[in-house]
Amino acid sequence: MTQTKSTDSGTKSGSGGRKPRVLAPKLGVLGTLRWLWRQLTSMRTALFLLLILAVAAVPGSIFPQRSIDAGRVTTYLDEHQTIGPWLDKLSMFDVYGAPWFAAIYILLLISLVGCVLPRCVVHAKALRSPLPRVPKRLSRLPASSERTVDASTGDLVEAARETLRRKGYRVRVDDAVDGEQAVTAEGGRLRETGNLLFHLCLLILVLAVAADHLMGWRGDVIVPEGNDTFVSAVGSYNTLDLGPWVNTDDIKPWTLKVNKLDVTFEKNVPKDSPQFGQPRDFIASVTTGSAPGSKTTTRRLAVNDAVKLDGTSVYLLGNGYAPVITVKDPKGKVLYHQATPFLPQDNAYRSVGAVKVPAASPKELGFFGFFLPTATFDDKMGPISTYAGLDNPALVLGAYRGDLFPDGTPQSVYTLNTKKMTQVKDGKSPWRAVVKPGQTVKLPDGTTISMDKKIPRWAGLSARYDPGKGTALGSALLGLAGLIMSMTLRRRRIFFKVRAAGRGEEDDKDFDTNETGPAGGRSLITAGALAKGEDPRLQVALDALLDGIETRLGNTPTSQAGSAR
Amino acid sequence: MITLTPSISFDWGGHATDVGLSNLSNNFLYASAVVLVLAMMSFAADLATYPGRMARAEQREAEAAEKSAAVSAGSSSGGTAVLERTAEGTGAIPEKRQWAGIGMSLSWLGFLLVAACVVLRSASVGRPPLGNMYEFAIVGAFFVMGAFLGWSLRRDVRSLGIFVVGPTVLTEMLAGLVFYTDASQLLPSLKNYWLSIHVTVAILSVAFFTIAFSTTILYFVQKWREDIKDTKYKFMDAVPGSEVMDRTTYGLLIIAFPLWTFTVIAGAIWAQKAWGNYWGWDPKEVWSLVIWVVYAAYLHARATAGWGGKKAAYIALAGFGCVLFNFCVVNIFIVGMHSYSGM
Ligand code: HEM
Repeated sequence: MTQTKSTDSGTKSGSGGRKPRVLAPKLGVLGTLRWLWRQLTSMRTALFLLLILAVAAVPGSIFPQRSIDAGRVTTYLDEHQTIGPWLDKLSMFDVYGAPWFAAIYILLLISLVGCVLPRCVVHAKALRSPLPRVPKRLSRLPASSERTVDASTGDLVEAARETLRRKGYRVRVDDAVDGEQAVTAEGGRLRETGNLLFHLCLLILVLAVAADHLMGWRGDVIVPEGNDTFVSAVGSYNTLDLGPWVNTDDIKPWTLKVNKLDVTFEKNVPKDSPQFGQPRDFIASVTTGSAPGSKTTTRRLAVNDAVKLDGTSVYLLGNGYAPVITVKDPKGKVLYHQATPFLPQDNAYRSVGAVKVPAASPKELGFFGFFLPTATFDDKMGPISTYAGLDNPALVLGAYRGDLFPDGTPQSVYTLNTKKMTQVKDGKSPWRAVVKPGQTVKLPDGTTISMDKKIPRWAGLSARYDPGKGTALGSALLGLAGLIMSMTLRRRRIFFKVRAAGRGEEDDKDFDTNETGPAGGRSLITAGALAKGEDPRLQVALDALLDGIETRLGNTPTSQAGSAR
Repeated sequence: MITLTPSISFDWGGHATDVGLSNLSNNFLYASAVVLVLAMMSFAADLATYPGRMARAEQREAEAAEKSAAVSAGSSSGGTAVLERTAEGTGAIPEKRQWAGIGMSLSWLGFLLVAACVVLRSASVGRPPLGNMYEFAIVGAFFVMGAFLGWSLRRDVRSLGIFVVGPTVLTEMLAGLVFYTDASQLLPSLKNYWLSIHVTVAILSVAFFTIAFSTTILYFVQKWREDIKDTKYKFMDAVPGSEVMDRTTYGLLIIAFPLWTFTVIAGAIWAQKAWGNYWGWDPKEVWSLVIWVVYAAYLHARATAGWGGKKAAYIALAGFGCVLFNFCVVNIFIVGMHSYSGM
């Protein structure tokens, strides 16, 4: 708490001059640094940085982000030719990796360290410091009360001590002075402990997340059902994101084969409901091994049910169809025969894909088009799918001849680069074909393309290695515990003075006790309480304590509520 | 690249939706909205009769004071104390606030009706009703009323009734008229027990944020009235002053904040299970973080010298703005993996 009030103390040191000359405070380099540090670690700065962080995070939810969906960023840039490049210069498509975003949270973290570490030291001292003495007049404290109790002073002090102990207070009982015994107690010291724990855990959480970014990796791959076994390696993923500190030797060569993939889609609702055709279930049976040729096990893989392989978690994230397509040249020689994944574009799995046949001659051949699990022809939209299940599967394709890989650069397996290709024509109009399962369709030159009757699915797998996630979770939960401690506990000091009733020295004029009870059997307890910070329930808590003491003594609580508030 | 069509294994029973039950559930929602509108009107009547009630109470007090002055003339020292107590006593037993009583009874009825709506909806789909915006809204209304009525058992909060029941009615109407989604099975990625945990706590904390929003608005109103020494809107004297409203807001937000913290953590755990990534800067995640950071700023503001009172209250308002944005705008208009609005 030392930081809260210290912001401007450093600047006023030179203002004692006689003349109206403005004296710039002579701080020197060290002084300036200290001043800056104090500014940075002040509560006010933390508050501003928090607000700025909140504002800075927003654009990332409004503009498409490269890290999430690079395709949408490209589309956005195409559609916004003027403002797009400017936004890009401001890192609006990479907000969470942008330097200005990093600047904000790094400043916040430094502020946090600078604030929390000194507080830890102060708190550690405070925990060991002795309890203060009882103030003279308890009735002047923010909460106070007094009661006459049917008990000897000794019993009453003992009951007070026990009650306070039970409630987690630190208690000190002073020796009697002039027949009056004082009890001092302090509670809720764990509030500050909880608060510090929360802030420290926040720090650890951020470090753990940073560790995941630096040392973690993620690889995505599409594996058709029943096909060959996938072996994890740097080159075998469709996309691979490596953190800057990842050693590629750490990518272990585990194997995985998708035996079967079961997907169910909603059919029990009216066809015009938005729920119609939504996926309902998605379960794969996979066979895994820790290395090629090693012992394998068959198990279940589903979303929310990842498979762990050698420290890497494999998730089932997507699915689609991979029709087995065969292309033969006019003489019947097989040029292409494989399960070809198509990428779903909508809930009804209208999927795009390409068939690349470099073996064709004299020129390379490429097909491009749609796979439709339940094909229908719409007047406006052309070929569409109306349901994600295989009710009426069809391939709708066009063809191109030429150079499939014009620049030798990597390209998406789902599209053709037609820069150096020409469209295959059937007479004047482009050649188009609809291929149904088991059917064969001829190109004008006699090349044939066919689709197998059985249409396998593919599983979209994501392998992830996140070394920091356990730490992140642990610190988040511990931080939450600290937060709850700091929100629910109250820092309170409680003072009691106990003396035999009727024999008082009248130093407390607010109260007059004229009744004289049976000697030794009645005692007067005067109570006061003090809180750090705001504590609207202080009086209630004090009264509850007194009730607790009386109950402990076997009396019914008198609950004659306190006076001064 | 993989399109995300996440899917799940956790089965809550291949339960076909029961149209009869879900229609019955809708009727309970309408009934609840009507009853709560009546409750609102009763609370309004209670506020409107406040100035008259106060005037009568003052009169009685004056009479009582006369009497007790006569009584205490004899005893010298205890005089003031007795007088105070008597005055307090008449203040504490004012005439019965019939309208407020009716409002509370209607609130309980409206609460039970919306509870029935939630239960029947849940029965009709055979899963917790946490799958789309309509369901979030009805459960939210249920929680707001529950929190308010629970609170009313411990404190006299009748004069806040209209300000809590009002937003609830609004939510129920929005739910029935704008967000309505036919009862159906869940998207597969929602079929997980983490959904129940994450979404239930999220709605619960939003319920607290909502009540805290009402008390923040009341804080501004009362502050304004105190600043201009308002006498025109005397009925607002029934509502506690700005300082109490400020403290009440704080009290509500220190409940809501840890709940929201837990919501974000549970969401991250769920995202790790379902998508393999505990934090992916999805718009919904971003806005949850923004809400969290803004309310953290509010708590800091309360502890920073010179930032209490109005400034902190503005931050609390901004926080609730983010809550609304997260629920209404992000769910419907922003593309992300949380597009479960069912719209
Ligand atoms: C990184 C972002 C931060 C977050 C999310 C955060 C969050 C919180 C929360 C939730 C509280 C509890 C408030 C209460 O008990 O009423 C709190 C208290 C506190 N924070 Fe932070 N904090 C952050 C950074 C900082 C920094 C940088 C400082 C140092 C300047 C700081 C200093 C404090 C202090 C002194 C308290 C105690 C206030 C009190 O006793 O009421 N915090 N913080």
